[in-house]
Amino acid sequence: MTTDQLRPLTELQALESESIHIIREVAATFSSPIMLFSGGKDSVVMLHLAAKAFWPAPIPFGVLHVDTGHNFPEVLQFRDEAVEFYGASLKIASVQDYIDDGRLRERPDGTRNPLQTLPLLDAIAAGRHDAVFGGGRRDEERARAKERVFSMRDEFGQWDPRNQRPELWSLYNGRHLPGEHVRVFPLSNWTELDVWDYIASEKINVPTIYYAHERPVTFRDGMWIAITEVTPVRPADVVELRSVRYRTVGDMSCTAAVLSAASTAHDVITEVGLSQLTERGATRADDRLSEAAMEDRKREGYF
Amino acid sequence: MPQRASVLSPTANLTGGRTLLRLATAGSVDDGKSTLVGRLLFDTNSVLADTLDHVEQVSRRRGLDRADLALLTDGLRAEREQGITIDVAYRYFATPARKFILADCPGHVQYTRNTVTGSSTADVIVLLVDARKGVVEQTRRHLAVASLLRVPHVVLIVNKIDLVNYSEDVFTAIATDFALLARSLGVLDTHCIPVSATEGDNVVTRSHRTPWYDGQTVLGYLENVDDTRLAVGSDLRFPVQHVVRPQSAVPAPWAASAPEVNGDYRGYAGKIESGRVRAGEEIVVLPRGSHAVVEAIDTPDGPLELAVAGQSVVIRLNSDVDVSRGDILAATDAPPAPIRDLAATVCWLAERELTVGARVLVQHGTSITKAVVKSIEGVLDLDFEAGTVPCWRPNATLALNDIGRIRLALAAPLPIDSYREHRVTGAFIIVDDADGWTLGAGLAGSTPLTAISASAIPSEPQYPAQQQGKGPS
Repeated sequence: MTTDQLRPLTELQALESESIHIIREVAATFSSPIMLFSGGKDSVVMLHLAAKAFWPAPIPFGVLHVDTGHNFPEVLQFRDEAVEFYGASLKIASVQDYIDDGRLRERPDGTRNPLQTLPLLDAIAAGRHDAVFGGGRRDEERARAKERVFSMRDEFGQWDPRNQRPELWSLYNGRHLPGEHVRVFPLSNWTELDVWDYIASEKINVPTIYYAHERPVTFRDGMWIAITEVTPVRPADVVELRSVRYRTVGDMSCTAAVLSAASTAHDVITEVGLSQLTERGATRADDRLSEAAMEDRKREGYF
Repeated sequence: MPQRASVLSPTANLTGGRTLLRLATAGSVDDGKSTLVGRLLFDTNSVLADTLDHVEQVSRRRGLDRADLALLTDGLRAEREQGITIDVAYRYFATPARKFILADCPGHVQYTRNTVTGSSTADVIVLLVDARKGVVEQTRRHLAVASLLRVPHVVLIVNKIDLVNYSEDVFTAIATDFALLARSLGVLDTHCIPVSATEGDNVVTRSHRTPWYDGQTVLGYLENVDDTRLAVGSDLRFPVQHVVRPQSAVPAPWAASAPEVNGDYRGYAGKIESGRVRAGEEIVVLPRGSHAVVEAIDTPDGPLELAVAGQSVVIRLNSDVDVSRGDILAATDAPPAPIRDLAATVCWLAERELTVGARVLVQHGTSITKAVVKSIEGVLDLDFEAGTVPCWRPNATLALNDIGRIRLALAAPLPIDSYREHRVTGAFIIVDDADGWTLGAGLAGSTPLTAISASAIPSEPQYPAQQQGKGPS
């Protein structure tokens, strides 16, 4: 490259560099960071960026999975492989343990997503983690659109959207009082398409259920629900074998599939670009609970 | 469902050479800012059916006969309940040429705080006026802030042009007022577009109702505005984030490149904030001033001969100079002199007031330094009349949304640039030492507002004993 060929960075180069900068700032200024890792595509991209940020040294912090006990088996298997591939160390906080010993009770609607908050906050406190990386993106949901890259949480893990610090230039301020912690979102400025573009260009592995595969599903409340032990057949269901894939990978009880023939990252990019539905709108029953479902969960300490 | 002006496939030519442009909106209440942003999102296919369904339902509930695109940008429950916008929200849209990150800044409450935040990273300010009202006090304030923060481009949207019967005379009068104002404030580059955000005129497609206007649409302007300054920018500034010292080679099956790692690998990780760096080039380590030569620029994707502004890399040096987090690797040509007497323009962002004698922290680059406020020299009066420029009035304190001139005594010498030349390494934030709150945004050196710098209160350092070098000017 010669001087007169200098061009601005491409979109993906700029996003990658911004995320790496954020991840390095956290490692340099906090005493005990941890990275949330579910095996979902956003968290894999975040882990890949962490590996790049510290290369040729290893990632200087561990990863944490809050396991609802209702995870897709393909995703759990992938989670363990990815952690090893990137040379990270994994901690697991188990919702099932909390249900078994009575600290949490199963909800009447069967979804366990909101139950993740308590085990998450306990794991943060037990590990004395002062910074927690999450894979949240601002394009996902309207409450997230207003959240800072460095997002302060009080000692109850709560987010106060009306009392956020201004965030200027690339000067991230992570100072906090004892007992408080900071949630950090290195993918804040990425969109669903950016994530897939990056997966394609960096050849990042993601769980197989992100690509088209056949499975028995039923069309319930406007969404394609897989028939599993967590979501068994109901009397009114018509069960069909269809080619589907998942756009988000959450708790099996509240994550729906989309009909798809996309079998590669490039196919997915084409499909996402043409989709008429948002990622969460298409597949997440938990966000349909109310107009401000995500905002309410975030206020309580959710991701 | 409203008609989309065009269907732009965001998938066409995906990663290719698409670049990233950062925008910030500004305008008074009721200028139609939310509608314009909603229109841009809608017409670039960035709003999908489920979101639109929601907007249509809410519009119907409110008794409107068509979808109110402004509702696309509602964020928090309190905003929907009170019909106001509280905080800066970030929006994303893209065309085959560019991806846009838009900081949507509310027009009324805490306008300075929000506009300063949005402007700090913006390449373009999208400033709105109501065609029926023209340039108003709020426009002058927003433009002064944009100028202060050295945003490279400002585009004035003369909105609601339908409500003045698409009048060329009205548009020309507003554009003339605006050009005069921009010149007096020293704004770098401006452009004006007649728009009806509600009707979609000149947002994404050219309107046949403004045949007298032969310029670009809003989206056309945003797609074409010059963004080469990043790559061809000024001298190298590389704040060191951390020192990479692997004890041994770690297997990295995901990485394209594996450098020779033995016990003495020592690299400096950071992001190039301005300029560029080449392997073999001499650099200076600030604030110490020691010189070294760049041995290699490492990345997991392979070594680079040349790295440019915006890139995150690891730099190795050929000699054993002492480098740690907080230091800046800089071009040897005119590096900033480390100073302990910092004169700056400060945008105050906190409810608690700033007073002389306050002990604060100054966060700059990757360093944090203790500081004491030595003097507050004046506050910028943004309520200036048309045809004049803002001036400084003496004041003992800085309150929320004030822009003031202050002097700080620093506990350690800081190699800080003049903000006029370096938008990143001339910037700092003021942090509360007790609770960590971000109190203010600082622009080092003389005020970047060219036209009014002459009226700045002349300042002699009051504590020359501590001065360690020439300050940025």
